[in-house]
Amino acid sequence: MRIVVQQIPFDLGAEANAFAAGRTDMGAIVTFSGVVRDDPAHPLRQMVIEHYPGMTEKALEKIATEAQARWSLGDVLVIHRFGPMQPGEMIMMVATAAPHRRDAFEAAEYLMDYLKSRAPFWKKEQGVEGENWVAAKDEDEDALTRW
Amino acid sequence: MIDVLYFAWVRERIGLAREQVDTNAATVADLVAELRAREERYDLAFSDLSALRVAVDQDLTDFDAPLSGAREVAFFPPMTGG
Repeated sequence: MRIVVQQIPFDLGAEANAFAAGRTDMGAIVTFSGVVRDDPAHPLRQMVIEHYPGMTEKALEKIATEAQARWSLGDVLVIHRFGPMQPGEMIMMVATAAPHRRDAFEAAEYLMDYLKSRAPFWKKEQGVEGENWVAAKDEDEDALTRW
Repeated sequence: MIDVLYFAWVRERIGLAREQVDTNAATVADLVAELRAREERYDLAFSDLSALRVAVDQDLTDFDAPLSGAREVAFFPPMTGG
């Protein structure tokens, strides 16, 4: 398991390749990455992500450990950035390795669902029309009930 | 003494990222009541607890959680990771 919380950008391809390398018993690698999304109706200048140093790493480890307990996984990677980011920049990624794809897909979805509302990150959107904290969605909380 | 931390709009509304609070509050809710009584900016920040989350020593918990032995309490809005 590798958990990384950092301000600087990461290289999705390099991270995915490094994650997949060196194992011959994993038949499935799933990666997901979240990207800062612009909205033509409300143009975004940048997104700023705040987090809770210390708790963030603990929370991510707890979520990844739970994923490893629930699915047959070879490895889990979570990278999540904080600080200012431009539209199009990658915010975060998860990767899961498993002998079979179902475990890899489901574990990646589980990681994303929990990371959305149980890891202490907060997004602020700074647009040309002003700035606002992104509100948590009810559907993100509801997503946890399926697990 | 307890370290009290504020994040996102809670931090902005109170105007502080962290402070040390001298308190004998038994629960998080008691601490919130003490903070609200201080000044209007605290009162406003804590006016709707359903819009807030709390962590004690970096674990998410509820407002009725006990504070005995706690070193760090953090208040923040619902998280928006991912």
